[in-house]
Amino acid sequence: MSAALSVTTVRKSFGGLVAVNDLSFEVERGELYGLIGPNGSGKTTMLNLISGALQPDAGEIKLAGATISGLAAHRIARLGVARTFQLVRVLPSMDAERNVMAGAVFGHRSLWGAELHELARELLALVGLRGREHVPVVAMTYIDQKRVELARAIASDPQVLLLDEWLAGLNPSELAIGIELIERLSRQGRTIIMVEHVMDAIRTLCGRCLVMSSGRLIKEGGVAEVLSDPEVVRAYLGDDDA
Amino acid sequence: MTRFLPDEFRIPAIGAGVIVLAALLPLFDDGFYLAMAVNIVLYAALCTAWALFSGPTHYISLATAAFFGLGTYAVALGNELLPFPLLVALGAAIAAVLAGFVGAATLRISGVYFVIFTLGLAELVRQIVSWAQVKWSTRMGLYVFTDFTEAHIYWMLLALTAAVFLTGWLINRSRLGFAMQIIGNDEAVARHCGIDTARLKIILFMISGAFIGMAGAIVAPRYLYVAPPSAFNPTISFLVVIMALLGGTRWLWGPLVGVIPFTIVMEFVSANFPNDTSIVIGIVFLVIVYVLPDGVTGRLEQLLARMRRTSTASKAATVKEAA
Amino acid sequence: MEILVTGILLGGTYALIALGLTLQYGVARIMNLATGETLVAACFITFWLFASYQVSPLWGLVLVAPAAFAINWAIYMWLLKPLVDRAKNQGMLEVDSILATFGLLFLFQGLMLRGFGGAYFTYTYLAERFEIFGSPYALNRVVAFLAALLIAAALYLFLYRTRSGTAVRAVAVNPNSSNLVGIDVAATAALAFALGGALTACGGTLLSTFYTFNASMGVVFTLKALIIVIMGGVGDVRGATLAALILGITETAVASLIDPGLMLAATYALFMLVLLFRPQGIFGKQPT
Ligand SMILES: Nc1ncnc2c1ncn2[C@@H]1O[C@H](COP(=O)(O)OP(=O)(O)OP(=O)(O)O)[C@@H](O)[C@H]1O
Ligand SMILES: [Mg+2]
Repeated sequence: MSAALSVTTVRKSFGGLVAVNDLSFEVERGELYGLIGPNGSGKTTMLNLISGALQPDAGEIKLAGATISGLAAHRIARLGVARTFQLVRVLPSMDAERNVMAGAVFGHRSLWGAELHELARELLALVGLRGREHVPVVAMTYIDQKRVELARAIASDPQVLLLDEWLAGLNPSELAIGIELIERLSRQGRTIIMVEHVMDAIRTLCGRCLVMSSGRLIKEGGVAEVLSDPEVVRAYLGDDDA
Repeated sequence: MTRFLPDEFRIPAIGAGVIVLAALLPLFDDGFYLAMAVNIVLYAALCTAWALFSGPTHYISLATAAFFGLGTYAVALGNELLPFPLLVALGAAIAAVLAGFVGAATLRISGVYFVIFTLGLAELVRQIVSWAQVKWSTRMGLYVFTDFTEAHIYWMLLALTAAVFLTGWLINRSRLGFAMQIIGNDEAVARHCGIDTARLKIILFMISGAFIGMAGAIVAPRYLYVAPPSAFNPTISFLVVIMALLGGTRWLWGPLVGVIPFTIVMEFVSANFPNDTSIVIGIVFLVIVYVLPDGVTGRLEQLLARMRRTSTASKAATVKEAA
Repeated sequence: MEILVTGILLGGTYALIALGLTLQYGVARIMNLATGETLVAACFITFWLFASYQVSPLWGLVLVAPAAFAINWAIYMWLLKPLVDRAKNQGMLEVDSILATFGLLFLFQGLMLRGFGGAYFTYTYLAERFEIFGSPYALNRVVAFLAALLIAAALYLFLYRTRSGTAVRAVAVNPNSSNLVGIDVAATAALAFALGGALTACGGTLLSTFYTFNASMGVVFTLKALIIVIMGGVGDVRGATLAALILGITETAVASLIDPGLMLAATYALFMLVLLFRPQGIFGKQPT
């Protein structure tokens, strides 16, 4: 069986800046995979490449063995890649329920009618927003908007779920709830790639992770081993004068 | 919106009632008021059809005059050859093809290119039609002789308006409508939800264009003599934009709120100050941008919301006082 | 050959108009759809100065350009800046500025119709023959071209040799980081908008010496200018100049070889080619 997602020597540059530099990795089915690195190291760009928001300059990305690099974003979404955004993006004119419904109509899952409402309610309950279906999202707090966005992403029943710093900006108690939520999604058997700066979350949640710095892979492997690697520590402390 | 509540059928029922009442008008007058009513219904159809596309996408289409003129021309050219209903359908088809072409050329790239492309589209089509006419025939214009009276045209336009409203209502309840609403909110999110944004926009633009082409075909008999400059009059495009935005495009019936007063005012202005219509149009555009960015209906919605808030606030205050 | 020369002569004036628009759109981020009306207004004022006070159009430039600068600056500060400030994103600003400049378009057009009526105007200035490569051309076209060339050269010097010019170019590339390096983006945008209006007006003054104009022809010129700007790449001065020459030559070729009634069709054909093959402009890089 092929990996849930495989990335092979993918490269993306913006003008002279190489944001992702010949990156390769594989994520197994059901795995919760961490993607970490200092600011500007190319993590979001990598997620953009997987989800089709950007097209790679070179290299190949495969979803369950089928090439998806080069496809338009909506095609990739239909094949089963869902994502959240680093700066939360909800649909401001709608209520929570319709925001979640948006994920389950046109994508990997195509529901309509009573079933769709049922699913949206269920997922809102899952992310902790039971009974808030008809609250306009603009009236919600930041964390609740993030919850809505997460519910929208899983509404499509994705094969691979991409989370871009979903835990950022949460206070400690919210953080605990957030970590538990991601853990629950993972236990349901979902394949998740999470970009995160919160190292505690990576330690708690992920089995393996990949560290990027200036677009390059500097270390990949088991979390404990990777996080104690001197080169990784150096990259994070930012004294890579090379 | 996907559930079938009886509530949801109230508005279409009211709409149907209004249309039946409006259909009785020619029984009472067949002069000035009927002529004005024809204009109002014509612009109601045009503006609502325009807003089907431009409302959710926020793309300002100025292609109306081109679609409209093609509809008119379909009738003018085929009048002696084919039955009228077929010509109306033909007008719709030609307009839809042009819309599909324009959409495919520009909507995949960016909204600005779309506006620019539509800006001169009527003029472009006019030039091509005139050129073709001079080349293959000797006359500049075409006569349109039919047995239709003003009342017939009025009824046909009314039916068209009803069809536009019905289509809009159905779209709003459909996946297409939901997709357009998502696109209007955030196009990137829409794509990551699996929506083929460019394709849906093109489809909607074609639907909108087809209705505008039909309107042009239906009013062709009114002109008697059709020549390129009058059929492809770019002012129509601008008037449609103004009226629709003046009313507001958040609701299907929003443009109607702009159409009725504006048609009457324009009638008055062009009768009394024929040289100043441009100035009036200019001022209304500026008023829309600076005073009524969401149109009259958007402003009303705001006021209602504010009133509701103050009334709940005062209720809360009285409750507190009582306690 | 004659087509080429006539086309290049025409392209010179087009270049000024398009340079004006590319400054307004590329730097001030205002899609000015009333640009054609600025042009037509300049035509009329030049005509009026010439007919009533015998002011030669070249001297007219000296009056028209500062006036257009001042008026466009005022328009930006009072009408457009509020839209820039209230816009939550580029898309909203685009819609608002399109609608606001539509308003200006009709307002100006209406005022000119009031002042001059709907008739076509023309006047005779330097209508002698002038020979280039053995073929005769109207002297006024040649003079207009040379004047356009001078003005464009002055603009180039301003943009590439002065501090404010550098600021203008920086804002065109990226308003956010310009802010960081201490450029007053708002003031630079106002300057660019006003300068753009002045250039367009110069184009109008020069155009009026050899072109028959009327109060309602602005939209066609707006369209030409827009297409040149897109062809050249938004905010790209060299691109706009080259694109203007290409458009001038294409139009002249179509008008003299096929049918003068199809000039706009030629413009659109070019536009289509650009959209299909280089939507980012002649010199533009692939968008990221
Ligand atoms: N669309 C773009 N155009 C140009 N440069 C870009 C673009 N997107 C990202 N970059 C640049 O690419 C580099 C990597 O950015 P990216 O957003 O992927 O980093 P990141 O690892 O997600 O950082 P953070 O932790 O701050 O979110 C940065 O230098 C950024 O400025
Ligand atoms: Mg990031």
